[in-house]
Amino acid sequence: MMDYNSLLSKTVLDMKPSGIRKFFDILSEMNDVVALTVGQPDFVTPWHIREAAIDSLEKGKTYYTSNAGTTELREELSKYMLRRFDLNYCPKNEIIVTVGGSEAIDIALRAVINPGDEVILPSPSFVCYGPIADMCGATVKVIETKMENSFKLTPSELKAAITDKTKLLILPFPNNPTGAILTKEELEALADVIRDTNILVLSDEIYAELTYGRRHVSFASIDGMWERTIVVNGFSKAYAMTGWRLGFACAPHDIAVQMLKIHQYAIMCSPTVSQFAALEALKNGDDDIEFMRAEYNRRRVFILEGLRKIGIECFEPEGAFYIYPNIGKFGLSSEEFCERLLYDYKCAIVPGTAFGECGEGFARISYAYSVKHISEALERIEKFVNTLK
Amino acid sequence: MDKILKLLEDDATLTASDLSTMLSKEVGDIKNIIEKYEKDGVILGYQTVIDWDKTDREYVSALIEVKVMPQRDRGFDKIAEKIYNHPEVKSLYLMSGGFDFTVIIEGKTMKEVAYFVAQKLAPIEFVTSTATHFVLKKYKDKGVVYKTQEIDERGNLAL
Repeated sequence: MMDYNSLLSKTVLDMKPSGIRKFFDILSEMNDVVALTVGQPDFVTPWHIREAAIDSLEKGKTYYTSNAGTTELREELSKYMLRRFDLNYCPKNEIIVTVGGSEAIDIALRAVINPGDEVILPSPSFVCYGPIADMCGATVKVIETKMENSFKLTPSELKAAITDKTKLLILPFPNNPTGAILTKEELEALADVIRDTNILVLSDEIYAELTYGRRHVSFASIDGMWERTIVVNGFSKAYAMTGWRLGFACAPHDIAVQMLKIHQYAIMCSPTVSQFAALEALKNGDDDIEFMRAEYNRRRVFILEGLRKIGIECFEPEGAFYIYPNIGKFGLSSEEFCERLLYDYKCAIVPGTAFGECGEGFARISYAYSVKHISEALERIEKFVNTLK
Repeated sequence: MDKILKLLEDDATLTASDLSTMLSKEVGDIKNIIEKYEKDGVILGYQTVIDWDKTDREYVSALIEVKVMPQRDRGFDKIAEKIYNHPEVKSLYLMSGGFDFTVIIEGKTMKEVAYFVAQKLAPIEFVTSTATHFVLKKYKDKGVVYKTQEIDERGNLAL
């Protein structure tokens, strides 16, 4: 009998599985559930993008590409970063095409962290940063963002978290799960805190195209920040391409070259068919983004008003496609709230605790669903909270 | 092109308040713009796309190619009017190419459509010939694909 516990990696054994696995297991076995749980668009990838991928297969483009991605795609990415975010990256050695934004995060963290380094992570946030930083031997210092600050990271909070061991600041904005964004002025205030330090920044801007009311500003475009920032972005959210698994990282050459080493050993190159699809998306997909953004915005306002009408306090999200209501006043833990809503009213939302301990008292609701579907879910939530009043 | 028109063309159920959210404009402005479009005849109506094959309604539709002899002075318009005034005619287009009009008509049965062509369409003065093509199956109409709603297969793994 193998004693796996003594054989397997201690770090991995200690890694907590995603906190809401159990919740999703229950969900997957129930029928007629109105779910607002998924973290991906409900649109299908636009046809012209799918067609470009099919065309590449028909032409037999089934080979590996160069490690960092096709030259054409990196050149187009370089133009895109300039066009949308006013950022200059050399397509030859400062852009890496990755397997989703996830891989970009992974290789970025692995390329910069030495054991013992401290990584500053605003929370609640997407679940992957902490475990990967742990694997690299970093100490993760969580900053709990607060509803009264619109879930933004404040300069004073950042300043207080910095020590002489701080290696990296992770900036996950627009934020999953809160929908918070950082404006140019707010980014500048954070930049002022780290300007005279050697702290690097991983800016996860996967939701950059999905902001409402104002355009996203990249942290790398703030004066003096380009040379210390790794920007992570991808095609999943902007172009409804989650299943294609295609993202990219942009970083100064000296950082990118190290990230590329990990990428070439672990991945070789991103899927070729997806790269051809992405090329078409960048060339002719601006209208698709605009259409989807307008549709998400309609749903955003609809669900925000709907929840407030029921008497649930909500921060108004300005990015991504999530809303993060405060359910603390109903006297249940987030998990209890979500489980009872699921069991008794067959409506699924995600407990805030899935995104960090500070998610207690909150829940994440995705509005990447039709208005009709959201409307049905709101009715169920209303019935449920009426029993709690 | 005004985005309001494109959005309404795709979904006529969008309210002024929906549009104001999607386009970041005042509700009042949106209402005024739509009213003006209606008054100017830019927006002519609002309809629903229905797959009648999924209902118990007896239904058949046909596309008819019509050749005519144009009238002096009034060209095709007078003849067109005589055709489109029949309520069975759902669409009428003046065409370039080998024939003059495309008439799309709806009826309960093929017999009824044949009767319409023989008794009402063909006898119209200056109509010289017709060719009737029955629609066997609609795949897409007015930008909408005829299919049942797909099951939401999105995985829950992505937080």
